[in-house]
Amino acid sequence: MKPFGYLRADRTDQALAAYAAHPGAQYVAGGTNLVDLMKLGVATPPFLVDISRLPLDGVDETADGGLRIGATVRNSDLAAHPLVRTRYTALSQALLAGASAQLRNAATTGGNLLQRTRCPYFQDTSKPCNKRAPGTGCPAREGVHRDLAVLGHSARCVATHPSDMAVALAALDAQVHLLGLDGERTVPLTEFHRLPGDTPEHDTVVRPGELVTAVTLPPPAGAHSAYRKARDRASYAFALVSVAAALTVEEGAVRHAALAFGGVAHAPWRARAAEEVLRGEPATEETYARAVDAELAAADPLRDNAFKVPLARGLAVRVLTDLAFRP
Amino acid sequence: MPTNSPPQVPAAPEEDTAERRDAADRRDPDARRDAGQKVTGTARYAAEHTPPGCLHAVPVPATVARGEVTAVHADELLRRPGVQAVLSHTNAPRLGEAEDPTLALLQTARVPHRGWYVALVVADTLENARAAADDLRIEYATEEHDPGPPAGHPGLYAPEEANGGHPGLRERGDFDAAFATSAVRVDATYTMTAQHNHPMEPHAATAWWEDDALTVYDSSQGATKVRDVLAQLFQMPRHRVTVVSAYVGGGFGSKGTPRPQAVLASMAALHLGRPVKLALPRRELAAVVGHRAPTVQRVRIGADSDGVISALAHEVVTQTSTVKEFVEQAAVPARTMYTSPHSRTSHHVVALDVPTPSWMRAPGEASGMYALEAAMDELAVATGVDPVELRLRNEPDTEPDSGRPFSSRGLPECLRQGARLFGWEGRDPRPGVRRAGDRLTGTGVAASTYPYLLSPSSASAHAAPDGTHLVRLAATDIGTGARTVLARIAAEALDVPPASVRVELGSSALPRAPLAGGSSGTSSWGWAVHKACTALAGMVRAHSGPLPPEGLTARADTAEEAGRESPYARHAFGAQFAEVDVDTVTGEVRVRRLLGVFATGRVLSRRTARSQFIGGMTMGLGMALTESSTLDPAFGDFAERDLASYHVPVCADVPALEAHWIDEEDPHLNAMGSKGIGEIGIVGTAAAIANAVHHAVGVRLRDLPLTPDRLLPHLRA
Repeated sequence: MKPFGYLRADRTDQALAAYAAHPGAQYVAGGTNLVDLMKLGVATPPFLVDISRLPLDGVDETADGGLRIGATVRNSDLAAHPLVRTRYTALSQALLAGASAQLRNAATTGGNLLQRTRCPYFQDTSKPCNKRAPGTGCPAREGVHRDLAVLGHSARCVATHPSDMAVALAALDAQVHLLGLDGERTVPLTEFHRLPGDTPEHDTVVRPGELVTAVTLPPPAGAHSAYRKARDRASYAFALVSVAAALTVEEGAVRHAALAFGGVAHAPWRARAAEEVLRGEPATEETYARAVDAELAAADPLRDNAFKVPLARGLAVRVLTDLAFRP
Repeated sequence: MPTNSPPQVPAAPEEDTAERRDAADRRDPDARRDAGQKVTGTARYAAEHTPPGCLHAVPVPATVARGEVTAVHADELLRRPGVQAVLSHTNAPRLGEAEDPTLALLQTARVPHRGWYVALVVADTLENARAAADDLRIEYATEEHDPGPPAGHPGLYAPEEANGGHPGLRERGDFDAAFATSAVRVDATYTMTAQHNHPMEPHAATAWWEDDALTVYDSSQGATKVRDVLAQLFQMPRHRVTVVSAYVGGGFGSKGTPRPQAVLASMAALHLGRPVKLALPRRELAAVVGHRAPTVQRVRIGADSDGVISALAHEVVTQTSTVKEFVEQAAVPARTMYTSPHSRTSHHVVALDVPTPSWMRAPGEASGMYALEAAMDELAVATGVDPVELRLRNEPDTEPDSGRPFSSRGLPECLRQGARLFGWEGRDPRPGVRRAGDRLTGTGVAASTYPYLLSPSSASAHAAPDGTHLVRLAATDIGTGARTVLARIAAEALDVPPASVRVELGSSALPRAPLAGGSSGTSSWGWAVHKACTALAGMVRAHSGPLPPEGLTARADTAEEAGRESPYARHAFGAQFAEVDVDTVTGEVRVRRLLGVFATGRVLSRRTARSQFIGGMTMGLGMALTESSTLDPAFGDFAERDLASYHVPVCADVPALEAHWIDEEDPHLNAMGSKGIGEIGIVGTAAAIANAVHHAVGVRLRDLPLTPDRLLPHLRA
């Protein structure tokens, strides 16, 4: 491990100042991904600003009936929160589908959004990787890529974003609140993570020094929401494909639908094309299949991950069908 | 927590107290004697010993798949504070001839595969050593590498022997003619990826030299073996080397042979004249501590319409490294299992520029019985004979390959009892018809077998005037409960309460003993303990008056007994039953029930035996469904190298798991009448699960593991 400086910040202004004073610094909270990456030599920050004690650990109802989730709220606490369980079922289910109980106890909301891909080449500093070392190449395209992207990838990078939580947040129209020295701004969750394009080294739109302070959710739009994940083992495995959906059916027709996929792209994949098809249509399995097909028409699978396309289709149709039958 | 201890302790520490043992024995005589130390963290493992002045070493793996090291830029690191040495082939101590070439470390510039250790950095702290190892610049002359795959490879050859000393090829009768004229024929090819042992405790060692004597705390399955090999490598008499493996966090075969950590730590300690400790990083294990080699297995069975086999061929294609030949003996169990007048069992192997395979729990049996037992299921389907009945119809009178009578063969009883306990009777054989919503359900059965192996061992037994007894031998408890079961064996032979017996093991300074492997530990060690204790009991009986202050001591060695050729074929058997659900939307297979019945001679300790059986069955579940490993052809290494990506089953994967056994009296084994139990639990599990998947979905999937991507193309939601 490389030597690094460390400061535990008690206030957000202190955290921002410490970051600004130490070029190349990184924020750390739960450390469940960053510390691993430091051990692997993938991340080599000269300075860590520990934000785990910042007063950002509240879950509060907002004036409009939505929810404000502090950036340092632990995944396990968020999953168990009564308002999350009752109003944002997909979020609670997604959190509980992620990692292991021990990791969920340490991992935070902000850190979960900012975790890096688990692509084997990204994690191995003895091999090329455009995300880790820009310009060195992407061995995953021709190499080991069963778990990698089928949508939105580029010649430079086929990595997937590993989060479960972010997929639910994408379907639930979450907003991410950022604080920098220049002030605050808000980014929709669906625009928070980027597609790789020519610069896969950037996972998100976060600017240097900006701190995720909170995630807010609007009042639940769909009557019900759900999250389902397909994986190699029953727990502690990343999604092969996951689906988050919210659905409202009135008089046999889809009034509102939100759909997002995980495990398929460099970002949580909000399925706007599918939602377009669903709106106003009869709430039938045929509609759902047609809608999902419209979304997955853009899929461009690699040699060994074509199974993800029918898996995404089947899982989405099943989740929507089940939601429609909820009382 | 590591604590300082003077560098002199030759024997294993035994911290259990008589009170604790009494309490444990009253509760349950099978309760682990070291449970208290293990749950409180006072049981110290190899890397948890820190002699004064101890340095830390971090190995440097090769980053090319084949070639030579042309430069090691050590100078720039040696100027750093804390860095003590950079060892490589240019300056490392010269070793004697290595019987196992994977231990010829830092001796030449040659790189036989990616991940092979090419340097070792030693520093005052782990952090400094790690940082320097990360920064060490090594230059290579790279050569084209051959990563396989083995199937159809022009370099395939027929080895004389497979692992375990079994002949590579055996033929009886005329397989081709008999197969060609059989009424029913099965011809199927099964594959499985490599699998990795991944014990909880990674391979670690702490070594120091003092007065030309070497002491090593090593995480191994056999201190005596490691001692002997280190003596050979460092060209010194055995009595000047002491290896302690007091507590070991699992091995599954990967610690059955001495591994790089013991050699590297000893080398660095010799080079620097200070104690050195070293723990291999989890991500490097796949390259340097062995693995179960991937196999391609073609099984052909010719039978009459009643399912009685006349022709059986099991042909195995596998791979090894260029470092040494290791041939997974997957065709061997077909020489024992079923009546087969015409038979061919063969192995072909190719040496590739890849890591060296080795022993992993039930080498040969685990892999081979997957293919053979899946093929038996195919035969059951082809003949319409119930799979349990089919196996009963093919029970041989003598071992097919050797013609020897079986010392005991509990397979029929295991099958019948398992069928009863599982509720097999009345099973609808039709595949793909049990659907509830998105779920298809199926059941499957498979047989298991594992040979009875025995090695010579020695032991001493001591009676003290205070009524306590001490049994000593260089056995290893790798988490199986050896301490506990050996105390019971001793107590029985001495006819004393188990609480009066203390067992000291885990050091090569103790009477010579074989390693914990081949499911032979308890039988081998136990016989020597039984013999020593029986002799001691005789001495005590013959003694009149109080025992002398120094007590009485008996020593025993089973070289003669273990060396005797048996006229019998000796194997353990079992039957495994599985019920699975297949999700037709996701392709996920989840096991609902696993039930095994085993015939392993006399079971000596119910609780520790059950642990071994269900642990093996769980590992078999991983082999069937989750443990996938990819040899990355571009780089020549395994892609899944940590426990996040190499999916061993987690608790949520493990369903209702039942292990049963039958009472088997076998007078042809040893003084206890026991067969081994450490490995048979993994044998047959994968076939039972794969057969259940076929029963559930109606499609025969022959490539393990059965991950969702392999199921999905065959399912309709």
